[in-house]
Amino acid sequence: MANYSTNEFKGGLKVMLDGDPCNILENEFVKPGKGQAFNRVKLRNLITGRVWERTFKSGESLEGADVMDLDMEYLYTDGDMWHFMKTDGSFEQYAVDRKAIGDVEKWLKEQAVYTVTLWNDNAIAVSPPNFLELEVVETDPGLKGDTAQGGSKPAKLSSGATVRVPLFINQGEVLKIDTRTGEYVSRA
Amino acid sequence: MPRSDDWQPSATIETLCQRARLLAAVRAFFAARDVLEVETPILGHAGSTDPHLDSLSLSATTSAGRETLWLQTSPEFHMKRLLAAGSGPIFQLARSFRDGEVGRRHNIEFTMLEWYRPGFSLAALISECESLIRTLIPAVGPARRRRYRDLFRDALALDPFTTPLAELQRVAGERGGLDMADSDRDGCLDLLMSLVIEPTLGRDGIDVVVDYPASQAALARKRIDEEGDEVASRFEIYLQGLELANGYDELTDAQEQASRFDDDNRQRAALYKSAVAVDRRLVAALVHGMPAGSGVALGIDRLVQLALGKASLAEVMAFPTPRC
Repeated sequence: MANYSTNEFKGGLKVMLDGDPCNILENEFVKPGKGQAFNRVKLRNLITGRVWERTFKSGESLEGADVMDLDMEYLYTDGDMWHFMKTDGSFEQYAVDRKAIGDVEKWLKEQAVYTVTLWNDNAIAVSPPNFLELEVVETDPGLKGDTAQGGSKPAKLSSGATVRVPLFINQGEVLKIDTRTGEYVSRA
Repeated sequence: MPRSDDWQPSATIETLCQRARLLAAVRAFFAARDVLEVETPILGHAGSTDPHLDSLSLSATTSAGRETLWLQTSPEFHMKRLLAAGSGPIFQLARSFRDGEVGRRHNIEFTMLEWYRPGFSLAALISECESLIRTLIPAVGPARRRRYRDLFRDALALDPFTTPLAELQRVAGERGGLDMADSDRDGCLDLLMSLVIEPTLGRDGIDVVVDYPASQAALARKRIDEEGDEVASRFEIYLQGLELANGYDELTDAQEQASRFDDDNRQRAALYKSAVAVDRRLVAALVHGMPAGSGVALGIDRLVQLALGKASLAEVMAFPTPRC
């Protein structure tokens, strides 16, 4: 991979730091008018998800990370691994382990398309689409006529997530959910 | 046709109007004090040798044929030649260029407000700076004098003059999360200044930092401080965590000037930077004689940014580099 110098650092650039692939979030140039220049850089470690703040001497460089975000359809899980397939018509499949699936496990729906992050061709992270349509598998019975007033109750969804929904929602209904906030948006 | 918004200025027209009024106020400030506005070249045969400034250069056809000219990092050298020629007090709003300086508080091309006061002590110039800032930001808090070494003692419990280098490297490395083992004293101090001290300065008024280490004198005279250590007769003004201005009791000794140029180029070589053509005309002007006095360079874009309460330089410039 190419090396990138601090003046090429920008949001979205993937670099290697301490052996882990990282995504650069912010790069701030700091320099006393008469004095040495440094770059204050915020990076997200793509393995752990943690945000690091590091300082570099201006002109230093980091090795680029072979990281790619690819669209893949979720197929199934065998209990140990979660299997995804590229959507480019190649039918190429990738197995994702528990560490890479992380919290996304509760947002998995067969045939939905996820972004799978590959590092050196291994899946290291999965992110769900912003909105998913999921069926309610468990909730208290809906209150008839109560469509306008506030109030909410928990509902368990087919993917395994539990979200707060309005009181009028019934078991078996399909809902549109914002996976970023875990909030109910509407009936699908 | 691809749709794009980047033809538009990054500052609003309203902000640009306010900026113009602030610049008019700056000119009125100096007119009232009989300081002459001057204009000096942006392109020069010599550039700044400062090891930590990167000059842009270009190749031009002139009466001398094809030659390299340097975009000025500040109007300092030309203005000092005017002082030596007997101009008296002068100021300039000068476009200046520093390669690689890009970010929320930097733009490669920016406007420097630089002025020189023959006969002024450093203290007199500091108080004039303060008046100018108050003219543009009337609500600004009181000014405080802070010694460089006291800032380090208070914030980091170390003395920038006497703490051993290994200890400075350790503290700087720890604070920045990087390896500083091959950095010199000034490199460590610059890092700690930028990361730890600067963000705290100018939070409830104007902070004036004085008595810099002699190794950071640039073109300031040196003197001995009350603790017996050599310091630079130099000040920096900070407001809201931003470095606004850098002033000197100006070096007038031609020989010293020539040797600082050579030192700079030696340091540049050690940093694997190319040498910059030394301004022999400035040295000649000092040989002729430049009146003793003080001068200061102030980043007017930053002052406008603070006066208008904006978060970045781009919000007070029509077309910063990414849009130019």
